[in-house]
Amino acid sequence: MMDKKVLIIGGGPAGIETAYSLALQDVKLVLIEKDADVCGNIKNWDKLFPDFKNASEVREKLIRKLEHPNIEIITNTEITKLYPEGNSWFAKNDAEKIFEADAVLLATGFEVFDAKRKEELGYGIYDNVITSVDFEKMYKSRKILTSEGRVPQRIAFLNCVGSRDEKVGNHYCSRVCCINAVKQAIEFKQLVPDSKAYCFYMDMRMAGQFYEELYRKSQEEYGVTYIRGRISEAAVTMDNRIQIKAEDTLSALPMKMTVDLLVLMVGIEASAGTTLLSEQNNVLGLYGFAKPLGLYSEDNMTAKSGLFLAGTCKRPLTLPETLADARSATTDIIRYLKTTK
Amino acid sequence: MDNKKKYFWNEYQKEIADDNYYYERSCIRQSFFPGSETAFLKILRDELGKTIIDDQNQHTCTGIGYHSDVVQFDTTMTICARLFSLMTDKELKNFVPSCVTSFGIFTEVFETWQEFPEELEKARNFLRKATGREFNIPENISHPSDIIYKYRKELKQKMKYQLVNHKTGKPLRVVEHIGCHYGKIFTKHAVGGAEFPQVLAGMIEEWGGEVIDYPERRHCCGFGFRQYLVMANRGYSVANTKKKFESMEPYKPDFVLTNCPGCTMFMDRWQYTIAEMEGKTYDENGMGIPVLTYEELTGLLLGYNPWDLGLQVHQIQSEALLDKLGIPYDPKDKFVGKSGKFIGQPEKPEILKVDYDG
Amino acid sequence: MKHWGFKISKPRVLDFDTANLDAYNRLIEKVPSAHRCLMCGACTATCTANLHTEFNFRNCHLMFRRGQFDGLAEELDKCMLCGKCKLVCPRGVNTRAIIYNLRIVLSDLNYKKIES
Repeated sequence: MMDKKVLIIGGGPAGIETAYSLALQDVKLVLIEKDADVCGNIKNWDKLFPDFKNASEVREKLIRKLEHPNIEIITNTEITKLYPEGNSWFAKNDAEKIFEADAVLLATGFEVFDAKRKEELGYGIYDNVITSVDFEKMYKSRKILTSEGRVPQRIAFLNCVGSRDEKVGNHYCSRVCCINAVKQAIEFKQLVPDSKAYCFYMDMRMAGQFYEELYRKSQEEYGVTYIRGRISEAAVTMDNRIQIKAEDTLSALPMKMTVDLLVLMVGIEASAGTTLLSEQNNVLGLYGFAKPLGLYSEDNMTAKSGLFLAGTCKRPLTLPETLADARSATTDIIRYLKTTK
Repeated sequence: MDNKKKYFWNEYQKEIADDNYYYERSCIRQSFFPGSETAFLKILRDELGKTIIDDQNQHTCTGIGYHSDVVQFDTTMTICARLFSLMTDKELKNFVPSCVTSFGIFTEVFETWQEFPEELEKARNFLRKATGREFNIPENISHPSDIIYKYRKELKQKMKYQLVNHKTGKPLRVVEHIGCHYGKIFTKHAVGGAEFPQVLAGMIEEWGGEVIDYPERRHCCGFGFRQYLVMANRGYSVANTKKKFESMEPYKPDFVLTNCPGCTMFMDRWQYTIAEMEGKTYDENGMGIPVLTYEELTGLLLGYNPWDLGLQVHQIQSEALLDKLGIPYDPKDKFVGKSGKFIGQPEKPEILKVDYDG
Repeated sequence: MKHWGFKISKPRVLDFDTANLDAYNRLIEKVPSAHRCLMCGACTATCTANLHTEFNFRNCHLMFRRGQFDGLAEELDKCMLCGKCKLVCPRGVNTRAIIYNLRIVLSDLNYKKIES
């Protein structure tokens, strides 16, 4: 048993996977989660892209991984101050409870973009404008309904809400929303086969394995219609449906349509905790994310000795990428613990 | 408006000066809506007890010429600078342009000078060379609709009428339309921002009416300067107005409230054009939907004589609306001027119904 | 009749609420692969007719998808059915069959050619 101790901040997939991998290597660690439950953003998800795996299975598996004697879990504790002193790291919450460790992993993850910031799309104003997270919560009960309780006959998904948008200060691509729209469009068509599903995009970024295949399947088997054009305005109609305007750029004509439900594919933003703790330690990168030491073999390290990063606190990542990144962070942390006194 | 919608405009509250205003008149409003500016001055002075200077030396802001590409920005800046120098002469700091186009021009010039101080120096030089005058930049630029919005609660206390159908007791249903240059150029200069401006909606709700949220609410009225000024292009202009009226028609609005001279003008007059060209009106009785300025509305509710407010020179006549509000009027006085003489009356349109004999 | 000097412009907007979007299903019944089209334009780039006329197969397909049939039948007559487009399609869309069947569907819809 190594006599060194690691502190993991954040109990999402990145934090849990790193905790488990470290525990298997005989490292003792404390995992601190701000919420009452672990598993982070995937708590909201029902099925995962691209294989429609039940998110609950993944969650249960992750939670079981925490049942290791080397792992101590502390929930309902939000770290607001993180700093090194000598060879040690100290983390404090607002109640001044102090945690000491030899190394720290930041796994503070992401938050979804607050769609209210795109005022022209009417989220929070019009009942039948929802986000992809709202869709997912509704899908858990297999009931996608309008606010009046009607089954939508026409649904539109809009990509890049809060991503690739200078107006909200996010130039980057969130990477997961395109494929998530494909997944949700298929799920909707499975529930309501006679309906029409439209997906508005600037580019369809199907870069992951089996993404392109799923995209193709959504067109071929489910008749999902993809329209290249960004919705510029959503307005409410007399019967509380949503009128949307876009350009059908492939025909170079303006278009409009009325839909029963508009789903905004909200992007990934750095969580408040990610930005706060990165800033305190001078490792703040672009857009509020934490900055790794380098892009290649140094992607889990930071400019601060003993401070490591894993998962979406660095940039938008998919779940499999996050888990792989967590295991990769383990290697760096162990090497660090072994080489420092 | 329910609490959900209030979320946004609360974040876009601007500073509106509370007294001592320099009033900059509009070029076109005095002929199109001749009672509005007079009513505004009366409301500020007599109802609210404010000081507002109406200066006979003032002139155009160049807005129409600027937006039609016949006046350069350097000229526009210099002419704005002269207007600011007139304000400076009066030892005032709060600039109040009557027109939304002017408001857009002044905020554009103001923001340009904030971002590019060399442009300010240029404007100072040009003005000095041309006129020998100096000027201070206003501390506050507010549109008159901002000021009415700011004092909407105080004014309500003095109002004789509410935006309620006095026979049924139901709130009147109102379409509000904001001039593009009020909030779309600089969102921060608009109460409520550009997407859901609150400046007129706030008045309507405070005074008992109901705001209609219809799909083309945020669409431009169609004025568009060049589109209107070149006759062959007017089809674009009227098509935009038509799009708005088609969209609001099912909601059966009692009237349209605007804060921009161009919007008031075109939403009012194009109804005549559409009726004559296509035989179509957008209300149930074939009389058109009245389009009022916010000064006219405020004046009406305060109990001012509708003919003093100039409602008779609108294309769409407002008697039906006055009846709903329970506001008395004398048809005999409609076309009698301030001098007590008959001022003439317009020809009767072929399609639109009016209350007078042409 | 008054002289106005202008007419009220017609909207250019594609209105998905009024367009005949269901006609596309009739094409899909006959050519299911049409669904897969990504509108990449490889078909049009290689088209012999496109080199000499304004015939644009991709756009014809798109306009039919959007329920816009004006002038489509005349456009389709410009195709010589050589089949080169089918060879280059990255998604295996049977483009030649689309042309052939679009003519039939348009005729079934009794969609009259616009007389000039």
